[in-house]
Amino acid sequence: MEPLTWTGTLGQFLDPVLYVLVALFLVAVLAQIVLSVATGGARVVTNPDGTLSTAGGPYDLAATATRWTGTALLALLVIYLIGGVLGGPGLGGIIGGMSQQLIPVWIALVVTFVVSIQFKRRLGLYGKLFDSTVGMIGFALVMFWVFAGVMAGVFDWISPHDSLSQVSGMKNKVPGTPLRGAEEGEYGWYLLGGDNLARDVFSRLFKGAWVVVQIAPLATLFAFMVGITLGLPAGYYGGRLDIVLSFLANLILAFPVILLFYLLVTPEIVATGIPNYMATVLFIFPLIFVAVLLNSRYYTQPSFRTPLLIGVLGVLGWIYLSLISTNGAIVSTATYAIPGLPNAVDLFNIDAGILVVFVSVVFVNAPTVFRIVRSLALDIKTRDYVAAAQTRGEGPWYIMLWEILPNARGPLIVDFCLRIGYTTILLGTLGFFGLGLESESPDWGTTINAGRRLLSVYPHAAIAPALALLTLVLGLNLLADGLREESLKD
Amino acid sequence: MGLFILRRLGLMLLTALCLTFIVFFLTNLYPNLEKLAKTQGNFRMSDEAVASWLGDRGYTDNTLIKYGRWLGVAPGWTTEKDDGTVTGQCFNEGTPVENRPTFCGVLQGDWGYSLVFKDEVGSLVATRLAATGKLMGFVLLVMVPMALIVGVLAGMREGSGLDRSLSTFSITTTATPEYVSGVIFIAVFASSAFGLKWFKGSATQAIENATFENFTLPVVTIALYGMGYIARMTRASMTEVMTAQYIRTARLKGVSFGNIVMKHALRNALIAPFTVIMLQIPWLLNGVVIVETLFNYKGFGWLLVQAAGNNDIELLLAVSVVSVVVVLITQLISDVGYVFLNPRIRIS
Repeated sequence: MEPLTWTGTLGQFLDPVLYVLVALFLVAVLAQIVLSVATGGARVVTNPDGTLSTAGGPYDLAATATRWTGTALLALLVIYLIGGVLGGPGLGGIIGGMSQQLIPVWIALVVTFVVSIQFKRRLGLYGKLFDSTVGMIGFALVMFWVFAGVMAGVFDWISPHDSLSQVSGMKNKVPGTPLRGAEEGEYGWYLLGGDNLARDVFSRLFKGAWVVVQIAPLATLFAFMVGITLGLPAGYYGGRLDIVLSFLANLILAFPVILLFYLLVTPEIVATGIPNYMATVLFIFPLIFVAVLLNSRYYTQPSFRTPLLIGVLGVLGWIYLSLISTNGAIVSTATYAIPGLPNAVDLFNIDAGILVVFVSVVFVNAPTVFRIVRSLALDIKTRDYVAAAQTRGEGPWYIMLWEILPNARGPLIVDFCLRIGYTTILLGTLGFFGLGLESESPDWGTTINAGRRLLSVYPHAAIAPALALLTLVLGLNLLADGLREESLKD
Repeated sequence: MGLFILRRLGLMLLTALCLTFIVFFLTNLYPNLEKLAKTQGNFRMSDEAVASWLGDRGYTDNTLIKYGRWLGVAPGWTTEKDDGTVTGQCFNEGTPVENRPTFCGVLQGDWGYSLVFKDEVGSLVATRLAATGKLMGFVLLVMVPMALIVGVLAGMREGSGLDRSLSTFSITTTATPEYVSGVIFIAVFASSAFGLKWFKGSATQAIENATFENFTLPVVTIALYGMGYIARMTRASMTEVMTAQYIRTARLKGVSFGNIVMKHALRNALIAPFTVIMLQIPWLLNGVVIVETLFNYKGFGWLLVQAAGNNDIELLLAVSVVSVVVVLITQLISDVGYVFLNPRIRIS
């Protein structure tokens, strides 16, 4: 088989068009920027009937040119992708081949967007996201990686090759190299080339997405649980509690993150069982949070509250215990072991490497969340509705969790999106220093670390995960921006 | 004001003590010490040999006592061997008995001895810190003006095309951690794959001889990640100022737009970014570690990775003291500077 070019036969006709369009687009954007400084931007005139319209002129011309060339560029990219979906690598080259592999992701994305836009008026803040272009772009980027990660990790759809299998003769091969001696039914190319151990970069990229998509949101959620459970009372009660908790938070924040990772995420520390102790402490916060949340709401109706609490806490406690116990022990070191859930009722065992990564990421993120929640609580507790609630005789925890927290949700949701991005960066940092996850793990940080040694000769193995991480974090930041904009509108 | 600074300094001292104790505790856990003994002595040491190696060097004592020794408030360890030779923390075998000090810790100015580099920790940290100081200086020189220009240009006309393109740019830079932008820069500007060999992918030589060719990529890599955040804060501050009453008054008086921005808005808009820039410096430290590893620039961040990777206890403690002091001092400067810059805030 022939090696693939980036855009295949489709590109023979479309590539010149693409180059011209990119050049035009850049010129238009530059002109717009220069003109907006030079001429003072769009001039607004009032029409006789009282409406406003722009007055035209060179700036508007440039703005229109930007818009049209931008749209044309986007349309061209869609043509490349659709060509790939229909014709595969034969017609669309590497881009086409990737597009064809990603068909389930495209379908899922289109369905999500069509349904969401259809019902956006009934979907609250989520629906409003589809009013903002920035928010939609961000959401599309994020959902692309979420769908791709889930489909590659759970259903094994997208990756054409195994993420660990090595094929002889494919070491450091450039993108689009055909597989030597491909058998019947085997995918014929390494779409994004081979890495230094002759594994398929494309397959590893999407397997790695699954690792990130699994850990980052969950770790952020846990950090939020810890931060909210401690930050609300610190802000609401103030006093000594606040001083002590703030001191501890600042203590952790004063650590350089990488030093903390090096101290926590080494095999020697794992052998002492410290990550397990930390997991035991950190993972109990969601339980405390839910228990206090429900108890403060329903404690006036004991006949309803007691069974509810028993049920919810029973399930959560089971999950908690299976989370922290591995092979029947909560902490297991060379000299002693603390027994936990026996294997028979243990729902899942978490790999020690993943657990320590998870714990340290939660540990690093929680103090920042704590500070945000604390300052929000400090601000909101001076409002009138809190004073009214106090006069009504509502308990402090009810006020914190049912009066203050819902009113702080806007900034918290925005920060949640940003923080998932930051967690993704932290996971990449851990991988970059080779901490925590095993060296053959396909996650992006580890792959970048493996690829950087040959960066000046074969950059493709490191660039693919780098761009993936960039787009995911960018998507999360844009999503947060869109959400902030839309939540400020009302 | 004096009392405020004094209280902050006291808090700083307490934080530094707590942090170094945590580092001390974690590095002195037995598996770490075992690894240390095996790398220093012999990888095939038996458990007894490890225990005696550690015992001879005072590693098996109580953590609090060991911490006191490092600080210089507890007497250093001395071990008398069977053959009568005495070894100790504070002296060599050759030191005359009457010259042997009892205490040798940080308080006495002795930062200890690096087992990996076979050198005094104090001088080691000082030279590496100087190298990183050079890198940080260039980063700040590039980052701060760029960030302020981008932020002010974006914020002076909210919602304009310029604002949108510059905001997109700054969001993109905040979404690009150093190990991503560094990899992309090396691949594009320093690799044979793209053919543009404008810069060098390694900054090892830049310590003695920093040139445009070998120092640009590390500086730009760190500067870009930090820049986006400062630019966004500047933009937010600038848009807020531009909607203020006195700007409207100036505009109604007929002051030209350029004059409004330069003379009226800029001064007030730059108060908030000052705090952000100071608080950004500790974050730069993180970037420095990544970039120095990626570009093989042997500075402070590189030292941190070496110390942490090899569990070089005394070096690691010195490194963490330095970074904690950097964090706390920048916090202090940003608090004090904010009060000085903003006439609306007074600390009673």
